Amino acid sequence: MSIDQHREYVLRSVEERGVRLVRLWFTDVLGNLKSLAISPAELDNALTDGMTFDGSSIDGFSRVQEADVLAIPDPDTFEIVPWGDPKEPEARVFCDIHNLDGTPFAGDPRQVLRRHMKAAHEMGLTFYVAPDIEFFYFEPLVAGEVPVPIDQGGFFDLTTNDVTGELRKRTIRTLEQMGIPVEYSFHEDAPGQQEIDLRHTDALTMADSVMTFRLAVREIAARNSAHATFMPKPLEGVQGSGMHVHLSLFEGDDNAFFDADDPYNLSAKAKAFMAGLLRHAPEITAVTNQTVNSYKRLVPGFEAPVHLSWARNNRSGLIRVPITKNDNPLATRLEYRSPDPACNPYLAFSLMLAAGMKGIEEGYELPDEADANLFEIGDDVLEKLGIGQLPTSLAAALETMEKSTLVREALGEHIYEWFLRSKRIEWRGYKTHVSAFERDRYLTSL
Amino acid sequence: MLLVFPDPAPPELARTLDLGGSSWKAVSSTADAGEHEPDSGWAGTIVDATADPEGAWAFLRAIRKQADKQLPVIVLIGGAQLAELEHRDDLFDDFCLSPFHPSELEARLRHLLSGDVAVVSSDMVEYGALTLNLETYQASIANKPLDMTYMEYELLKFLAQNPGKVFTREILLSRVWGYEYYGGARTVDVHVRRLRAKLGEEHAALIQTVRSVGYRFGESRWES
Repeated sequence: MSIDQHREYVLRSVEERGVRLVRLWFTDVLGNLKSLAISPAELDNALTDGMTFDGSSIDGFSRVQEADVLAIPDPDTFEIVPWGDPKEPEARVFCDIHNLDGTPFAGDPRQVLRRHMKAAHEMGLTFYVAPDIEFFYFEPLVAGEVPVPIDQGGFFDLTTNDVTGELRKRTIRTLEQMGIPVEYSFHEDAPGQQEIDLRHTDALTMADSVMTFRLAVREIAARNSAHATFMPKPLEGVQGSGMHVHLSLFEGDDNAFFDADDPYNLSAKAKAFMAGLLRHAPEITAVTNQTVNSYKRLVPGFEAPVHLSWARNNRSGLIRVPITKNDNPLATRLEYRSPDPACNPYLAFSLMLAAGMKGIEEGYELPDEADANLFEIGDDVLEKLGIGQLPTSLAAALETMEKSTLVREALGEHIYEWFLRSKRIEWRGYKTHVSAFERDRYLTSL
Repeated sequence: MLLVFPDPAPPELARTLDLGGSSWKAVSSTADAGEHEPDSGWAGTIVDATADPEGAWAFLRAIRKQADKQLPVIVLIGGAQLAELEHRDDLFDDFCLSPFHPSELEARLRHLLSGDVAVVSSDMVEYGALTLNLETYQASIANKPLDMTYMEYELLKFLAQNPGKVFTREILLSRVWGYEYYGGARTVDVHVRRLRAKLGEEHAALIQTVRSVGYRFGESRWES
């Protein structure tokens, strides 16, 4: 399939479907979706030469010498946006960001993931991911007040007055229309909390899908007088929202993680990959859990992982090895449980892959399975067992990331530097903030 | 009634059709064909391209242009003429090497007329509720537009042009993607899943999973 046919297809579709506006999508370093709208008349030119724009105001795109970058649409991601006005159809296409000389732009997260996928491909491997994305639906927000969940449902609840069920259904229909197949969806544990599990695709396609997913969920909520949020811990005292990511590596048609002769059906590659993830997890946490708020989810008691451990049937560890239906070799995978849905999916998937591949390259030894409930074991005992913990704050995560050669190399100097700088500013802002917690506790007593 | 070109029909062909119990009419031009067309229309066409290839292809081009509904076409062709078939896919649905084996021609006819075959014309592929316009790249299912990415479209086009046939993931990857795609063979599953979602529940079964082999579009050639 030549790139010309791709272009021709996109141009004809725009013409035939009467598309009025084409949105060029890309993602900043923090994982915010950015869009550059062009008229269909500009599209031909954009597909061939790219669109130049000033990147200096985009988070993580600014550079010392040159402000202009080039957005080159990836024609295979061209889709009609289903939630717009059908009389004035709009389309979207994801872009790769390049320097004006045509080289990949170092500040573009999509290019980072593309680089890692290519490196894996050169070793004959394809990285597949499937995220389980949690989020909350709230009543329309009132400034300064605690958000009100849209329902009082619980885990897997199905009630006659299931507003969220209807919202979820519409969302899923939209996602499917945009080529994002959904595996499961259900009401999560907390009031207003939902989970939608996507079916696996290669990681680059999935990172695009996560970006589309977050927009689609918010759009459809807003059109139905609700507010959807991917904030990791929006309410105190109930579970936060995570994004467990199911990971596997394929060698052609075969699952490289599967070994029929292993008691756990895990191949040596799977074990080394898992060992890599476990060892480097603290270093990549600043990216997989990038907000101050993320660390309020990663606490004991709310089904979020804290300890650097793995197990088959134990949901208190960082990595779970799900037991597959009918011993299906294709379904053997690892579930990495710490990330939250507010992360930048391109960077998060890149680092999970880099950490796992490091384990394979260096032949890391996998520690023993930890099948006890780790939350019931004292920290001193765990330390003796060699089971460490994830960073407990954004500051701690940044400190660990700063010492990581793996993360520096995997993200590239540009993003690594910018990310650390930007997140330190965020942490400083948080540190100097005086909260209601402090005033309630100290104002009268001290 | 079968339309046969040219007139008179080659004796071997006439004998095979008669023995097979087909009713047929030989013609020497499209005007001739129009004149003799039964009220119910022609069921299919057999064109012998061994004696006068140029005349045969011209006849088919004219037939294709004229008919509102595409006629299933079988071309009889000599072994040395196979190259003529290239880039003429739009002019015929099947071919049979001539001299032909009578039971082979009968089998091909039966298959072609079973109605289970997508009729390929220059720019349309139709199968059940699905229509693909190859010229404009537009697709519709039950008259509703189907919005796809390019690779989804290419995969659906390839499958719909080969209904009833089972393809492995590797074959689909090499024929549709055609280059070393970093997504690997599971990419095919991902795209099939997406296509099914876009086709909608009612039509998702157009693409069948054939366990431990691959995929098939439409009904099996052997089961129906």
